[in-house]
Amino acid sequence: MSTVTLVLVLVVLVALAVLSVRWLAAFDERGFVGRFGTPLLFGAWVLVFWQILVEVFDVPRVLLPAPSVIGHSLLVSLPVLAGDFAQTVLHSVLIGLVAGCALGFVVGVLIDRSPFLQRGLLPLAALASAVPLIGIAPIMVMWFGFDWESKAAVVVIMTFFPMLVNTLAGLAESGHMERDLMRSYGASYWRTLFSLRLPVALPFVFNALKINSTLAMIGAIVAEFFGSPVAGLGFRISTEAARLNMGLVWAAILVAALAGSVLYGALGWVERRVTFWHPSIRSGG
Amino acid sequence: MSSSTASPTVEVQGVSVVYPAKEHTVTALADVSLNIQEGEFISLIGPSGCGKTTLLRVIADLEQVSAGSVRVNGMSSRDARMARAYGYVFQAPALFPWRTVLANVCLPLEIHGIAKEAARQTALAHLERVGLKGFEGKYPWQLSGGMQQRVSIARALGFEPKLLMMDEPFGALDEITRDRLNEQLLRLWEREKRTVVFVTHSIPEAVFLSSRIVVMSPRPGRIVEVIESGLPADRTLDIRDTPQFTEIAHRVRVALQDGHGGDH
Amino acid sequence: MAVTTDLAKGLWWRVGPVLTVVAIVLAVWYAAAVWLNAAQVIERTLSSQPGWGALDLIRLTLSMDRPVLPAPHQIVLDLFDSITGWPLDSPRNLLFHTAVTSSATLLGFVMGTLLGAVLAVVIVHSRTLERSIFPWIIASQTVPVLAIAPIVIVILGSVGLTGLFPKSIISMYLCFFPVAVALVKGLRSPGVMELELMHTYAASSRHTFWKLRVPASLPFLFPSLRVGIAAGLVGAIVGELPTGAQAGLGARLLTGSYYGNTVQIWSALVMSALLGLVLTGAVAFAERALTPGGRK
Repeated sequence: MSTVTLVLVLVVLVALAVLSVRWLAAFDERGFVGRFGTPLLFGAWVLVFWQILVEVFDVPRVLLPAPSVIGHSLLVSLPVLAGDFAQTVLHSVLIGLVAGCALGFVVGVLIDRSPFLQRGLLPLAALASAVPLIGIAPIMVMWFGFDWESKAAVVVIMTFFPMLVNTLAGLAESGHMERDLMRSYGASYWRTLFSLRLPVALPFVFNALKINSTLAMIGAIVAEFFGSPVAGLGFRISTEAARLNMGLVWAAILVAALAGSVLYGALGWVERRVTFWHPSIRSGG
Repeated sequence: MSSSTASPTVEVQGVSVVYPAKEHTVTALADVSLNIQEGEFISLIGPSGCGKTTLLRVIADLEQVSAGSVRVNGMSSRDARMARAYGYVFQAPALFPWRTVLANVCLPLEIHGIAKEAARQTALAHLERVGLKGFEGKYPWQLSGGMQQRVSIARALGFEPKLLMMDEPFGALDEITRDRLNEQLLRLWEREKRTVVFVTHSIPEAVFLSSRIVVMSPRPGRIVEVIESGLPADRTLDIRDTPQFTEIAHRVRVALQDGHGGDH
Repeated sequence: MAVTTDLAKGLWWRVGPVLTVVAIVLAVWYAAAVWLNAAQVIERTLSSQPGWGALDLIRLTLSMDRPVLPAPHQIVLDLFDSITGWPLDSPRNLLFHTAVTSSATLLGFVMGTLLGAVLAVVIVHSRTLERSIFPWIIASQTVPVLAIAPIVIVILGSVGLTGLFPKSIISMYLCFFPVAVALVKGLRSPGVMELELMHTYAASSRHTFWKLRVPASLPFLFPSLRVGIAAGLVGAIVGELPTGAQAGLGARLLTGSYYGNTVQIWSALVMSALLGLVLTGAVAFAERALTPGGRK
């Protein structure tokens, strides 16, 4: 089509996009449509313009493939990506996340009775958050081999400290009045722990779980950049990128993004059910 | 006390404020009229929901009227606000924690473009007026609640407004501090003869401070009675034990009960 | 003297636990080194020497060329040799690699912070943009953004941009999210009362922005800067992985793992940790310098 028609069409589309998004943004302030519709509509328009611009300007596939190409790659490579998903998410991420969080939680509970150990470990945990822990990946590969176990080990190390810090903070959160109440009942340390202090600590634990879910995804995928057998999302991304097979790379990233959001969302759902009593959940999050 | 020959500083005429709500509309104020002369100390008193804070906010152009008009110094409330005609003291000190006490008092002066050194001098003078000389370099969280509220009063005096609006400024303080601040506020008003509109829950406070007491009642918010005080100008806290004080307080109490029509 | 005993007690209270934990970690490390390296040592050296004892085992396991787990002193010695034994621009000197990685990190950090700040200001002032873009920014925090690193390297490489720039783009991308989210929260943190106060001063929105919103946002900004610079460092290191870069701490980690040079890996790791501490320490220092009067 001629340049003039093209420009005209683009202008009309841009106007339409801006107006529709603005309309929706001002529309239903609190309701479902207003809160989710606007970003979704915005995202849809981004896809539309992406597709048009890539085709019109004949952008090389290496630079930026069109959404249609990515979608096609996704469908075509579904079995491969499913295998990658199982390797990375189901093995490295989930197992590592559960192990790392459990370890952090248990250590937190154990050193709850020792302020000395807390004062010793908390500064180290602060240091650990400043340090690129991901660098431990090649060492884990040396110790645990190329398969998912080494990636899960990386995830365990990355998720241990945030969970430890948050568990301790949560255990310290119960108020003096409530603890005095338990004392007036003659409750033992463990009874107080289970009936009062752990429930109060739950919002903190969930906060760490959500942070850790993101860290786990990143850790598992990036650890695979350091060397992996023949499967895994990180492996797929780095090797296919080196082969300039960009459609598949973006498809793999899409899978990783979806997995990350679903995991985070699932944790949020559980959190809302378990800590329904907390002010931040009651006021609508 | 009130010279009715000059035009009033604040003229409220037939003001209504109606909020549309889910089930039924809420009438915060229904057809309220009030004239405030220059130099008066007016208290608005009533139970929760009687519209006293709404009336204050309407005069300060912090809320819009649904009907009626408000004129401040002959201008609309919005023009008065843009002309910086009044100082407003909120229920909480609302000080900026990242500014020293002095810098907090200087805030409105900075916004009005007053030169730094002049602003500093003015701010120091105001702090001395509220009895906080020597505290300029402190930060808000280093002061007690009563002192913070005094800083916020010094800030409201900042650019010498003729009109001072105060929304239950001493409500969060303990009674002893409150008494002291009441006395200081009265002395300040006597010295400077500003017009003060003061919202309160407390009958003794209203009677002690005001030249006129406006009793309001809820559902819908309206003025029930306006009571002239008649107490001598140079009064101290001791006046609260006199029969004259008790009689005025009694009249206020009766008016409040009448206003409810007996429910509560 | 009572004063010095109090001082000593106070110091012990603060530092003692950390030292104890570090001592425990070191002890466990040495024991683990002996244990993990024992198999190789026995197989290669000791089995041919009759009558070897525990001391021989310990001596040999803690001084291997390619140990499974290097002893702490081996790492320290390697670091020392690398830093002092070679000129600063030699690829054998770890400081050279540190400089490469930190320059990418800092560049990315500065760009990411600026971008995040601009976006936050725009979002706070535009309802439409807030409701259409901000949910995506929040959602993207749940996505493993770092997975994009190889793509960025390849794409930029194909248009001829290699070396410092692509890595700093990755760092920028990682810094930008926490800064943007924290600044939006911080710029919107002033309550109704403070905003109405500015309203009674008939303050312009420029006044309100600079005198109220910006100072109120600082306590939100600084923690996110610390997170941002740590994330930026990770981004720069990961950016050195995909195309077999020759310089930088990530490249050192990778080559170390390819050639099985454990001590090199651990040295690079310790150096990255130290770099991370220095960078976040600098941000914490800036925070303390810019926050008046010890306010939290």
